[in-house]
Amino acid sequence: MVSARASGLPRWVLVPAAAGALFIVLPLVALASRVQWGSFWSLITSDSSREALLLSLRTSAAATVLCVLLGVPMALVLARTSFRGQGLLRSLVLLPLVLPPVVGGIALLYTFGRKGLLGETIDVLGLQIAFSTTAVVIAQTFVSLPFLVVSLEGTLRTAGQRYETVAATLGARPTTVLRRVTLPLVLPGLAAGAVLSFARALGEFGATITFAGSLEGVTRTLPLEIYLQRESNPDAAVALSLVLVVVAVLVIGLVRGTRGVSA
Amino acid sequence: MKRLIGTAAAALLLTSVAACGSSDDAAAGSSSDGPRETTLTVYAAASLKSSFTEIGAAFEKANPGVSVTFSFAGSADLVAQIQQGAPADVFASADTANMDKATADDLVEGTPADFATNTLEIATPPDNPADVDSLDDLADPDVTVVVCAAEVPCGAAAAGVEKAAGLDIRPVSEEQSVTDVLGKVISGEADAGLVYVTDVRGAGDKVAGVPIPESADVVNTYPIAALAGSRNPDVAKAFTAYVTGPEGRSILTAAGFGAP
Repeated sequence: MVSARASGLPRWVLVPAAAGALFIVLPLVALASRVQWGSFWSLITSDSSREALLLSLRTSAAATVLCVLLGVPMALVLARTSFRGQGLLRSLVLLPLVLPPVVGGIALLYTFGRKGLLGETIDVLGLQIAFSTTAVVIAQTFVSLPFLVVSLEGTLRTAGQRYETVAATLGARPTTVLRRVTLPLVLPGLAAGAVLSFARALGEFGATITFAGSLEGVTRTLPLEIYLQRESNPDAAVALSLVLVVVAVLVIGLVRGTRGVSA
Repeated sequence: MKRLIGTAAAALLLTSVAACGSSDDAAAGSSSDGPRETTLTVYAAASLKSSFTEIGAAFEKANPGVSVTFSFAGSADLVAQIQQGAPADVFASADTANMDKATADDLVEGTPADFATNTLEIATPPDNPADVDSLDDLADPDVTVVVCAAEVPCGAAAAGVEKAAGLDIRPVSEEQSVTDVLGKVISGEADAGLVYVTDVRGAGDKVAGVPIPESADVVNTYPIAALAGSRNPDVAKAFTAYVTGPEGRSILTAAGFGAP
């Protein structure tokens, strides 16, 4: 209250603000209140839960690596160059962010599926993407790539080009500038973007279930396991949901940590 | 403490909803001048979608002033929603287990009536690329097979058929619902899927069906019941009677459902 007055904010703003906060927090409280604490540990350590959690962590880590490999160059191009159609390109890159994941899943199916655009090429190479863990990683990368690009592009623009220009006038080659000046400068932003991508990959559901299917240990990630358990064992679904909430809270903490360093 | 939070939240939500709604009230009031219509809300299993849509239209024709709206989803989802107070008048389940859950919670008016049965069949893409012509073929590791997960009714049925035949089918995916299985077959991602006879019939020429004699051992029974919370108990009872009666029977038979 006191700080609100000090900031010159009208007091009534606090009421809708509190309602908004409650709106977000209350469902989480309700979820936690439904957890059967007595059996919590056995529910989240059952074979299928463990398989799902491990698969989720593995695939999300792989997707994050892919996001960094593809997303850093994309962010550099978007932040440091200007060309015709750049605005359009940026909008397209951001599309998975606003697209319903199930639409992404269908699009991926018609690209990498057996009957898809690249299906025959993939077949010739002797690869099988449909129903494999690779499909999960592809789906997760598709939906989380924009998080890294947006986050890093913002950091690059904020950091500006002063140091890069100086390094270049001192005779550093472009690759050296990128490696020794630009990337170290934006490392906190890159880390934050990577953590956000990881979190998005971990929560991926719609594109995965549409494109990759659902099989224990192969394609059934934690969100898919929760959705399935809800049918027969709601207690397990609630317990696993809480695990994902905890992971999400940790991720937010990590992002705040990296942002704190950069500030 | 929990109650306190709940009350506070409810009060807040109500005030904000009331504030949002007040401006539209006048418009909404003037548009509903016509004759009063009874709306019946039917919660029905996803596999009933096409046949119940047809039955609903026929029921509306036979009962002027009544309009029937449907919510189609997995039976377990529907029961969960009814348990949470969803405003449904009638519930039609794809298996007795989910209807039993509703009965156990005293949500059902009277006794549920069985109105249809369904059995499994193999669905393949129209050209049947893996040459599947029997249940045994699904155990071939080169055949890409998709089934329902054991947690959902169609998966329980698939496991039953598999067990009865003494086969070890290794699916590449265990899907959430029978429509997901069908989707994987239609898109050509899977060589074969275990779905209901009615799904194969409903998909038309998008899939080919391979009947399996083993499925006779595992029959899913569909019960229907009027719900205790219904605001139109008479119309709800009339609808269940219509479904179990000759009109409903003939539409269900045409869709491939068996008699109860």
